Amino acid sequence: MTFLSDIAHLLITADLWRATLEAAALLLLPALGGVISERSGVVNIAMEGMMLTGAFFAVVADLALHNPWLAALVGIAAGGFMALIHAVVSIRFRADQIVSGIAINIFAAGMTLFLVNRIYGLQDIGHVGQSNLLPYVNIPILDQIPFVGRVLFQQNVVVYAALILLVLVNIVLFRTRLGLRIRAVGEHPQAADTAGINVYAIRYGAVITSGLLSGLAGAFLAIGISNTFVPNMTDGRGYIALAAMIFGKWRPFGAFIACLIFGFGQAIYDANSVIHVSQYLLSMLPYVLTLIVLAGIVGRSIPPASDGIPYSPGTE
Amino acid sequence: MSTSARDSNAVEMRGITKAWPGVVANDHVDLSVRAGEIHALVGENGAGKSTLMNILYGLIHSDSGEIVINGKSARISGPRDAIGLGIGMVHQHFMLIPVFTVGENIMLGREPVAGPGFYDHSRARKEIEELTRKYGLRLDPDARTGDLPVGLQQRAEIVKVLYRGANILVLDEPTGVLTPQETKELFVVLKGLVKEGKTIIFISHKLREVLEISDRITVMRRGKVVGHLITRETDEQAIATMMVGRAVLLRVDKKPATPGPVTFKVENLTATSDRGVPALRGISFELRQGEILGIAGVEGNGQSELVEVLAGTRRATGGRVLLGDQDVTAASAREEREAGVGHIPEDRRGVGLVLHFSVAENLFFGRERSPAFAWHEIVLRLRAILQWANRLIKEFDIRTPSIETQASALSGGNQQKIIVAREMGSRPKVLLAAQPTRGVDVGSIEFIHRRLVAERDEGTAVLLVSAELEEVTSLSDRIAVMYEGRIVSIEPSGTSEERLGLLMTGGGTGAGAA
Repeated sequence: MTFLSDIAHLLITADLWRATLEAAALLLLPALGGVISERSGVVNIAMEGMMLTGAFFAVVADLALHNPWLAALVGIAAGGFMALIHAVVSIRFRADQIVSGIAINIFAAGMTLFLVNRIYGLQDIGHVGQSNLLPYVNIPILDQIPFVGRVLFQQNVVVYAALILLVLVNIVLFRTRLGLRIRAVGEHPQAADTAGINVYAIRYGAVITSGLLSGLAGAFLAIGISNTFVPNMTDGRGYIALAAMIFGKWRPFGAFIACLIFGFGQAIYDANSVIHVSQYLLSMLPYVLTLIVLAGIVGRSIPPASDGIPYSPGTE
Repeated sequence: MSTSARDSNAVEMRGITKAWPGVVANDHVDLSVRAGEIHALVGENGAGKSTLMNILYGLIHSDSGEIVINGKSARISGPRDAIGLGIGMVHQHFMLIPVFTVGENIMLGREPVAGPGFYDHSRARKEIEELTRKYGLRLDPDARTGDLPVGLQQRAEIVKVLYRGANILVLDEPTGVLTPQETKELFVVLKGLVKEGKTIIFISHKLREVLEISDRITVMRRGKVVGHLITRETDEQAIATMMVGRAVLLRVDKKPATPGPVTFKVENLTATSDRGVPALRGISFELRQGEILGIAGVEGNGQSELVEVLAGTRRATGGRVLLGDQDVTAASAREEREAGVGHIPEDRRGVGLVLHFSVAENLFFGRERSPAFAWHEIVLRLRAILQWANRLIKEFDIRTPSIETQASALSGGNQQKIIVAREMGSRPKVLLAAQPTRGVDVGSIEFIHRRLVAERDEGTAVLLVSAELEEVTSLSDRIAVMYEGRIVSIEPSGTSEERLGLLMTGGGTGAGAA
């Protein structure tokens, strides 16, 4: 019965839950981006590529500038730039948004690999010094609370940022005029247009925002959790974020719950030294959960009515 | 034109031209609408009415021409400009978001905000209440829009337009989706709005309604204005002639039916909709040879599902369908076809045709296995197919540049005639005709109606489903009214539209429900 007792032992360690939250926050940022983009009616499966681009340029900037904050900004901007490409292709040129998304993901993987070889040669890209990483910050006093303090208040700055963004995105989407307009554009762009709303502006804004958030996630991964860039280091997290968004029914808090579940899978996987299960079996977990979600086994999830449909005015 | 005449015109469109590749949708169109009148804009589908109004509303940009609003030359480059000029549009397909509340839909684009951009629910509710009280348009701002009946959704559209301060209201085919009762209520509302000083442009092809509600009429045909009429001084026949360009038969000419024996029998049929909810809750009727049974009802009461089950493209969950003494309840579309059921589907472009296939290919679909057209069901006999297509094109007067032309290049009326020809050409025992003239020009309507009656006279059992009550009443020998998945009554052919309208909305008591 060592297996069960190992698991029981694992479940009561604060570190597991701390790692769960960290992994969840990493997924939450692109998932929030996906929620915003798709609520405005633009399908975004390119979070993976935007994250990867963000990760790469954050490392490049950090190695050059020795400043994690500027590096994070560069990563965010890089994600935003990739999103801009997706926006132009799918909004301006009304291309198939899935195809555009896949193209961006493939492009990002190829481009980052190419640039690594080009700039740094075939050897390692190099490591960012400890002092130049996005810092882990203990919140005074609160971090002393037993268990909870370790889980919630000894995290990376980006984790706190992600949680604040979660609340913020939820408020903007469902309580403000801007949110009403974003949702209107995603449901029925003709209706929004005839009501005098600039459909294109809203969609560009939403898609680019999703890129900024994904870029931040990439920076977090590369110069927060890790300290270097490894080709394809996002390892499908953008896709898992996409699944989290669907699982969460295109709602920020729904997506967050999904991120926690997937993050838990990741945390168990990372803690594989404690429990003796095949790590390969565990690495399948998020994807199995994703498939279950996508198959609609956990309740039907209905996307915004005009999600993925390019808008051209004057048509009905 | 003198200044005073210009001033009294709320809308003045001059020389509006708009060309799409291959068609001139608007060809030097002039329209003048006086302040405070109800001005009807009539014409067939594709005559350019909607294009003209979309130009007025800024959704489409004209190639040339001038727009003058309330005496001032106006540049309208988008809906925002139009709204700013006091122009509001109630679209044929509502511009409402089903998952939003009525209030959110009305406010959209001009939302009241509190603090840093927060949507102000209480102020929105108050403003809507004020507006609805002023115009006598009762409406619950907190209701989910998609849950409301069509009549109330349209009311929400009107309030939405009024909320934006519109003085000039454009209504695009507003009665197309309404029951007779709802239409009456709408007309009361419109007259009230005119009394409040609003100007209304009313787009329609239903001439009776135009005569009832409008003050003046502008008639369009093939992108051009062909006449300005004063309603009091004209009649239905005159407008129809102007619209089509030749004298048309408005009433269907038909002899009384001579029904033969029962050939098609539906017993207690049930089925579910795409969303898995019951759509048919026990449908029973009998169809005789040589009669047209019309199905009247507000759209979405199970008519589409009924036709699909009978055509073999939707599975029944219970009940029986008998063709002669053959049970075809579970028959596939192919088996139905082979048993002698013809099907004119309601979705012409999506189901009825393969748009990028040729006219000939579309005329031949469903016969790939016939020995006359295919050698051992494998190799097509192209010459036989072409001969067959040529025969149908001639017989059904399908206007196509060539037999090889893509179906998508034809007008709606000619596309529909391809389907009608294909289905009638196979000499079916039972013909299911769903919305057979939807979106079709008057000439084609006339033709299709005549063919349906001819088909009946030759002994075919015709089931006619139509959202146009007038079509049902003018063609049918008996009328079944559907409401919420049931046939609430089967009425004789002379039944008044008022009674049918009442039955269609669940009111009244059914007489001869089978």
